[in-house]
Amino acid sequence: MESTSGINESNELSLAEFPYIIRWREDRCTRCGKCTAVCPTRAIEPTVFLQRRAFSKGEGPNPEVTREVMQGVQQINDLERYCTGCATCSFVCPNVAIEPEYNPHHKFLFFKNKGGVPYKRGGRRNDPGVSTVDQLKFSRISMLTDPALDAARHEFYVRTLLGRVMPAEDLPLKTVDDKLMLSGPSTFIPPVREIFPIRIGSMSIGALSPNMWEGLAMGITYLNEVEGIPVAMATGEGGMPPRLLKSRFLKYFILQIASGYFGWDEIIHALPHMQEDPLAIEIKYGQGAKPGDGGLLMAYKVLNLIAEIRGVPKYVDLASPPTHQTKYSIEEAVAKMIQSMSMAWGFRVPVYPKISGTKTATAVLNNLVRNPYAAALCIDGEDGGTGAAYNVSLDKMGHPIVSNIRDCYLDLVAQGKQNELPLIAAGGMGKTGNLAANAAAMIMLGASAVDTGKYIMQAAAGCLGDEYNRCNICNTGRCPRGITTQDPKLYRRLDPDKVAERIVDIFVSANVELKKIFAPMGRSTQLPIGMSDGLSVSNKETAERLKITYAV
Amino acid sequence: MGSIGQVNGASYFLCFKEITELAIKPLTKVPVRIYHLMSHFTKIVVFVEVKTSLCRLSAITSDSYFSPMENILALETMKEGHDGSGLGLMLKDLGGVFADFKDYPILSCICSDKGLDMLDEYMTQLGFETKFSWSPSIKTGIGIKPRDHYIARAYDYPSAVKGLDWRAKEEVLTQTRLDLRRLGEEDESIFAFSFYPDVLALKEVGDPLQLGEFFSLGNGQLEARQIIAQGRQNTNYDIYLYACHPFFIQGYATMTNGENTAFVPIKEFLTGLKNPAYRGYNSDSEVFAHILHYVDRTLGYPLTYYKDVITPLSNVEIDGRADAKALALIKRSLRPLCIDGPNAVVGFTPDGTVFMVQDAKKLRPGVVGGRSGKYGLMSEECGLDSVLPERDRDKDIFPMKYDMVIVPPGASEVIVWNQLQG
Ligand code: SF4
Ligand code: SF4
Repeated sequence: MESTSGINESNELSLAEFPYIIRWREDRCTRCGKCTAVCPTRAIEPTVFLQRRAFSKGEGPNPEVTREVMQGVQQINDLERYCTGCATCSFVCPNVAIEPEYNPHHKFLFFKNKGGVPYKRGGRRNDPGVSTVDQLKFSRISMLTDPALDAARHEFYVRTLLGRVMPAEDLPLKTVDDKLMLSGPSTFIPPVREIFPIRIGSMSIGALSPNMWEGLAMGITYLNEVEGIPVAMATGEGGMPPRLLKSRFLKYFILQIASGYFGWDEIIHALPHMQEDPLAIEIKYGQGAKPGDGGLLMAYKVLNLIAEIRGVPKYVDLASPPTHQTKYSIEEAVAKMIQSMSMAWGFRVPVYPKISGTKTATAVLNNLVRNPYAAALCIDGEDGGTGAAYNVSLDKMGHPIVSNIRDCYLDLVAQGKQNELPLIAAGGMGKTGNLAANAAAMIMLGASAVDTGKYIMQAAAGCLGDEYNRCNICNTGRCPRGITTQDPKLYRRLDPDKVAERIVDIFVSANVELKKIFAPMGRSTQLPIGMSDGLSVSNKETAERLKITYAV
Repeated sequence: MGSIGQVNGASYFLCFKEITELAIKPLTKVPVRIYHLMSHFTKIVVFVEVKTSLCRLSAITSDSYFSPMENILALETMKEGHDGSGLGLMLKDLGGVFADFKDYPILSCICSDKGLDMLDEYMTQLGFETKFSWSPSIKTGIGIKPRDHYIARAYDYPSAVKGLDWRAKEEVLTQTRLDLRRLGEEDESIFAFSFYPDVLALKEVGDPLQLGEFFSLGNGQLEARQIIAQGRQNTNYDIYLYACHPFFIQGYATMTNGENTAFVPIKEFLTGLKNPAYRGYNSDSEVFAHILHYVDRTLGYPLTYYKDVITPLSNVEIDGRADAKALALIKRSLRPLCIDGPNAVVGFTPDGTVFMVQDAKKLRPGVVGGRSGKYGLMSEECGLDSVLPERDRDKDIFPMKYDMVIVPPGASEVIVWNQLQG
């Protein structure tokens, strides 16, 4: 039988299938056109329609019907131009005439994979549930058997170590007149940095706009130099502006090398001119948001500056392979990369790998334990964010960070190595806004530090993304906040000074909040790494799995 | 200055002082801690908390033998700080009935009838021969239920062990103590506290003074030149003897009044060191003894580095020390051994040095005083008054957060080592 699809619309999508539906109020709208101009996906457009009006003039009901051509705003029912719920239209509307509404019954994913091209996006795993780390509570409260400390009055040492810490037995020490002295200059002592335990995780200068990156860098510098809080920031793959590479600020940054080696020509060329060593080198083997997948910077974001920093032509997709192509075994990948990176800076810079959360994390860990140059292990859990990835990778691939870190820590404890190789937890830290609490919980489970990215974008620059797939178009280069775009028309919306101010606010507050957690638990002299008796959770399985207290 | 009442045994005082008078000398018999300062027009309001904290410590070191009753009587004067729920005694450099057995390891334990049989069988099997056995004469009818056997027994080494060097002998003794503990741990038939030459341990649940009477400790049989004792303030419903201070390991002993909030990371670090003797941890304070052993004996650091390990200086403070480079490395490498929470630690080392250190915030009371030839290291001054009433009280030392007070063997002098100066 012949299909009727060519002669009626019954097979087309209705807006009821769309994730966000635009509520436009004809009575408030002045037809200024701002919303349609600003929409990053062109999900709305000006339109004309015929409207029937019935008016009664005079005393009695005596309606006269007219038909008028009106202008208005309509939502497009084309999935290529779906409304992302970003609400940029609402921001610019002077009359509160338009807003997106989440549609819980949408069927977006049923239709999005058009033309055999699976849906790609930026952002995070679309899982709005409460993460495990957010369920953890701090329950060992000092009170009468030992006095609680005063977060405002007592001294607190909220610092962590990044670098390979030598076991005491191997330290080159000798006793002279009842004092310990270094016994000789010949022993290699690995470099160790002392930093604030919350770091800004890797976000590349290609994924981020110049204004965002500059704001972060300024904030970090202020925190280090004025506030005295040594916050570290990782660059992500893609290098840094050469000006910064040669500046004294380099010491606050962790340079990332990933499988595409983007930006490393510039870095190597800048090496002889560096005034300072970088804080550390991060070798990226995996990313929690898209485990097993390489980096991806889409062509629309490869404009002048990025092409220059990365040493590539403009307007080409920059894909990093899923693995470091020159290596064919973990021994090689880890040992050779760590060693060559260490050598480049004369073994003065900690070098460590970052992997995505995985069941095989402990295998990687044990390889690092045996490598005396491995400075740490960073694990990025499934709740990590990204600038661009396949939706399926974001939503369905990966390992939760909490048990991954706990297993790794307990593995180190079993070997007596927990102080030697710091673990850094990433992915979903501050997912619901509780950055300091999440960091403290991870530390008590065994992490030495945590990385945060999305929280920073949200708190410092007003990123609109969330776990209901709001916005999340970071991959398109059309970021409505100017955070993840290389288009000057968009990123000029973002004031780098404001970003820097917020970065300072965030870390100064986190510093206070961490003390507010540690003080009542009677901890101040060192970071309570592995103080698992301080934690509890109201879910029995979680408690058993993490070996912490079950409390209801 | 006037009292505004007592809460849970802690008296709170409120006083109004000119700012110049802020250096308040303790007027009461217990140490005083300035709790909070608040500016109030031209005056300063000072809230002073007189802490009556958990457990009481009483250590005495002397050039001549003395009775553990001296420690117990000192504990009695500090009674408002312990609830009489237990007493732990550790004697070193023994006189009395053990004076002639200084070279023989002494096993201190509490056993049931069954436990004693197991113990005898095990020791015979290993080849240890009893040289001398002592048990306290138990006085009944004072409300303390005696256990089957309280034993301190000097053994002669098995012939295979006799020829070993001292370190190897020590390992055999430690392993034997651990094996005995394992044998009787599950059914609580054996509690083995120490097995070491010239050291004796006695522990029991109850009021210290009553226990002194119960064990007839005044009868002159037990004497020593260093005795450390703890009067217990119970925080558990059941008192488990392995959780009672002092804790002993290979010539080192410590006791504490406090709460160790960093217990779990420390315990996990110590157990990771693969020393079979680093186990137990029924009390969060046992780690203090093991850290001391690890730092002083395993790593071979001078004793004062114990203070640097458990309460590390800040980086700026470290820079001021002559040994800054080494200290910075130690701080990193032994980071998990840093203690936290309120603690005064008193202990002795194998050579008979007795010391006292405070936590990094000095949250617990402690005082050291005496005269050449005899010193007391106590929780409170009244304890010192009981043991050394004739001493010059002006010379009493209240160790503060940077201090480590050390009385070398022989008790001829007291040294206050300041961590800032090194
Ligand atoms: S909410 Fe955002 S995507 Fe949706 S119509 Fe408004 S501007 Fe466009
Ligand atoms: S606001 Fe920008 S960075 Fe945030 S989700 Fe949208 S596109 Fe991505």
